[in-house]
This record gives sequence, structure tokens and C-alpha cells, in this order.
Amino acid sequence: MTPLLEVSGLSMHFPVKSGLLRRSQLVNRAVNNVDLTIMQGETLGLVGESGCGKSTLGRCIARLYKPTAGQIHYQGADLASLGQKALLPYRRDIQMIFQDPMESLNARHTVQEILEEPLVIHGIGSASDRRKEVNRLLDLVGLPKRSATRFPFEFSGGQRQRIGIARAIALRPKLIICDEPVSALDVSIQSQILNLLLDLQSEFGLAYLFIAHDLAVVKHVSDRIAIMYLGQIVETASGDTVYQDPRHPYTQSLISAIPVPDPTVKKERIILSGDVPSPIAPPSGCHFHPRCPACFEPCAETAPELKETDAEHSVRCHLESKA
Amino acid sequence: MPSPALLEVHDLVTEFETDEGLVRALDGVSFSLDAGQTLGLVGESGCGKSVTALSIMGLLPRPAGKIASGQILFGGSDLVTLPANAMQSIRGQSIGMVFQEPMTALNPVQTIGRQLTESLELHTDLTDQARIKKAIAMLDRVGIPAPDIRMAEYPHQLSGGMRQRVVIAMALICEPNLLIADEPTTALDVTIQAQILDLIKELQSEMGMAVIMITHDLGVIAETSEEMVVMYAGRVAEQGSVYDVFASPRHPYTDGLMQSIPKMDSTPKEKLKVIDGLVPSLHELPKGCRFNNRCPDVSDICFESIPKMTVISERQSAACHNVSSAS
Repeated sequence: MTPLLEVSGLSMHFPVKSGLLRRSQLVNRAVNNVDLTIMQGETLGLVGESGCGKSTLGRCIARLYKPTAGQIHYQGADLASLGQKALLPYRRDIQMIFQDPMESLNARHTVQEILEEPLVIHGIGSASDRRKEVNRLLDLVGLPKRSATRFPFEFSGGQRQRIGIARAIALRPKLIICDEPVSALDVSIQSQILNLLLDLQSEFGLAYLFIAHDLAVVKHVSDRIAIMYLGQIVETASGDTVYQDPRHPYTQSLISAIPVPDPTVKKERIILSGDVPSPIAPPSGCHFHPRCPACFEPCAETAPELKETDAEHSVRCHLESKA
Repeated sequence: MPSPALLEVHDLVTEFETDEGLVRALDGVSFSLDAGQTLGLVGESGCGKSVTALSIMGLLPRPAGKIASGQILFGGSDLVTLPANAMQSIRGQSIGMVFQEPMTALNPVQTIGRQLTESLELHTDLTDQARIKKAIAMLDRVGIPAPDIRMAEYPHQLSGGMRQRVVIAMALICEPNLLIADEPTTALDVTIQAQILDLIKELQSEMGMAVIMITHDLGVIAETSEEMVVMYAGRVAEQGSVYDVFASPRHPYTDGLMQSIPKMDSTPKEKLKVIDGLVPSLHELPKGCRFNNRCPDVSDICFESIPKMTVISERQSAACHNVSSAS
């Protein structure tokens, strides 16, 4: 497989003003020097706790933010450096699905208007073509044709997320960034939406960057998983490897913290102490060291690099070079 | 003779007055809970699990909500008919409650210390100093570092996990016999969720209290509870011991719910089982079984009569026409 998109050294730093007269300038390093690749038609899962920078990373790749540093290689261009006008043709290929469909759909537009807006912006088809296209999209996401004349508030949460998905696939993109697409939904609706995403992927050969905090959901839909902690990727591997052979102590504790829906399973949990530190003042050395159960000498001083342990498994931890 | 249960809810019906007419949020809910036990209440949004908690606590929004019929027996009295001042002395003292969103459960303009000592002021005759001492000890117990300093701080100065610890300290400061935890970890990250669930478990065995754990997460139920009640559209669909219900769910809704969640050891990209359709609106409930429009095993009788709770074994019952009783 060839990489569809390659991110290298991507950083997104937000200035934070504080102190008297808002003069002192701090920096929130939301995303710090991230490398990742997404293959054609694959799903890369991105997991981490709130504030780890996973949504910011997704928004940088969709170019809703202009990254502070780094490159996003896509079809010979560097999306990170392009201006708004030059980006337009690439925006067709990279679309986004948001967590809360009520906030990401315009409440004053009908579903028809919402779904044809991307087509209008990119000048695709005549008015009657677009109406046909909207019907086709509604059909693809399992909504009745009469939905076209209705407004977002007339739908349930799961149906609204279907509208959000229909809008994302309207331009036949190659990559969709799904930012917590099911975390606002009830369990029985969640599985309907996950199945829909899997169906659309196999039908159109879509690649997904699937961002979520729920590791079980991410593992279910992903080919590979990247675990993020405080703006950095700490481990990447296939879903099964992450589950069966997690190498980073953070990944291990994340997996052990997930409640298993089976009362006969009694497992040893690794309970992390403390909260996720602020990305404004991350701990020295390895960002995870104050909470790490396996912390040793170099951890507080030098930051570990993301190292390949085998062809498909990379870990950012000093334990790897110790062994 | 077995000792009577700590809490017995009988045929509880709770109604809400809305613009579109009277709505039955709970329709004949019954369950019981022994002292020291943990009962998991699971269901999707709108199924009535939070209304059940508010009904027990006597905290239904007034004047819209009221208990139309049924009994809530707790410590020898029926909470439904109890006068307001008697309810006041039970609430906070014998029954504590933890809410989902700690930021809205705490008063943003009062110090942590003030909020913690308030229920002691209401329910005990401790002196000012003794109250403060007890509040600091409680903060320390729920794992808040430097509790004496935290007493003077405001909720916004704490992280989400720390705030939930404060809410737990508030609920437990009078050492209640029953703690109702309504989605206590839903707003928290998994590693913080693990800390909080562990803390509740520890305090429970220390204080010997019973817990009603309300959640939509079957994983949380499996890890914390001994008994479980599955609710759907204001009624109990299935109840019993977690081991029996998880091992062989008998109500098609319970079964569907368990099959539809992705598990860590499932095959990636395999299609998940789904429950088709949507939870019906309480305004337009289907006739007969409320699950009939989504049920894979539906038959004619499901559209005609509401299924009764059928006892399957000593430790499991389900309200489904397809379930036959054990005898």
C-alpha cells in the first residue's frame, strides 16, 4: 500500500495570555512534533484522554488550523504551507465528521441545503443534478428521501450524525477525519453508526483518521492505532498488537482501566495516580514520567524518541532501550 | 425470616406534566436492594434511570414531576408519603447522591469547605471546629492532596477528577446507608474513571453502605455491581444477578445491548450486531411491549399486551412474552 497522507514533525502551539495586563506569554503545546502516515483505504485510530491533542491534530490535518510547524504531504503538495485558495482543490479530498452533529449542522438550513453546500462551493453539477445527488447521499446513509426538506432539530442524535456523514462523503473524499463520531450517541445507536462507517469505507475505499477516547471502539474500526499523550504519539501498532502486546506503560494502564463488560473477568488494574498534566507546562523529560509506574533514572531528564521495535510497532519509552 | 431489604421500590409510577400532555417517565418500576449491596441500573438516555434516582431522593422537578403511585420503602418508612421535613433529614444523611457532572453539582461561588460542612450543619450537632475537622478528614479520605488548603478553594480551581472526589466526599460525609451514583464517571477520562470507581468501592466496603450505580456503560456495571436492573422506556426489561444476566440475557433488548458494544477482543472491522430503529418517544409509546418496534423476535401478542415480569430463576427475571417461567 502507498501512503495517502504523510505528516512529519507537525506541531500546533497556541499562545496563552495570562498574568497582569495579559502580558506574559505562555505557549500551549497542544501537538508537538508528530509524525504519522495514513495509507489508502485504511483506518488509523487516534486514542488519548481529553487534552492530549488528538482533536487538534485532526483539525490540523483537515487544515481547520494552520499548524505552527511541520509538513502534511498529500499528493506531492505540502498542505501545511498552502494558503486558503491553494487549499481549495485539496479540501474535496479531506473531509471531517464532528462529535456533536447538532452543533456542526446549521440549524437554519434544511438537510437539502446542508448536503448540497459542498457541491455548490466546488461548483459541481446543476441544480437538478444536485437534488439527485442529495437523494443518493441520503440513501447511502440510510435516511428516507423526505428528510431533504427537514431541519436538523427534527432528527434524533443518530440520524443527525448520519446527515453529518452524508455531508462528509458528498465530495467523494479520499480521507475522512472522524472526531469522536459516536461518543455523543447511545450504545444501541453507536453500533448503527460504526457499521455505516465500515460499509462506506468498503464501498468507496475511504481512509479514516478515527479519533476517540474509547479504545474498544477505536480498536473495532481501526487497522492501526496511535496512542497520544500530552501532544505526542507514544505508541503505534496494529489494533491487535496494541491490545495483546502494549509496550508503553501509558498504553498498558489505558487498556487495564477500560471496564470489561463481563462480570467473570477479574483483572489487575494499573491505576494511574494524578491527572493529565497541562500541555502549557509539560513535565520534563518523558511527559508521562510523573504518573508512570515504571519510571527510572533517565525518564525525568531526557525525552525518549519514538523508536520502531519492529516493522509495525513504534514506542516512545526509555524502557525499550534499557531492555 | 430474612432481614428486610434496605430499599424496596414497588410498582413506582412517576409522571411529568409537559406541554404535550402528561408523560409517564416510570411505569411500574420495582426492585430491591440489600444493605451493603451494589445494584447497577443500566439503560439508554430517556429510559428513566435518572428519574428513578430523583424519585427516591424526592428531588423530582416541581411542579412538573410527581410520583403518581407506588412505594419506596427505606428504613421502615415509605418515602413517597413522607412529609417534606422528614425527607429532608433522610436526604444527605441516610441517602447520599453523586451526580454526573461535578461542575454543576457544586456551587461555583462557595468554597469547598463551606459546601462540605453544610450537610453536617444540617444533620449533626457538631461544633464548627468539629465540622471543619471532619470535612478535612473526609477530603483526605477521598484522596485530595493538601485537604486543609483545598477547604478554602473554589470548585473551578480543581480538575474534573478532583471535583468528582469532592462531590463524593459531600455525599458520604454523613455516612449514609445508601449512595446513589448517577453516571459518576461518564464525564471523566478512563484512567480517572478507574480511580473514582476504585474509590467508591473502597469507601463502600469501609462504611458498609449500599450503592445504586446508574450508568449506560455495561462495563462499569460488570465491574462494580452484584445485581443489575436493565431499563427500557420507563419499564424494567430484565433484572437479576450480574453473573446470570451477562451469561444469558433473556430479554432481547438486554441481549441486543450486550452484542452491540465493541469489545477489546472482538475481530476488528467485523460488523456489529445492531438494535434497529430508535427508542420510542414517551409521548408516542407503542401499544403492548415497548420494545416491539425494534425487537427481532416479535410476535402478535407483543402488540397486544404489556409483558409481565417473569421469574426465570431465583436470580433472574425478564419482562418478555417469549420468556417462560422456570416452573
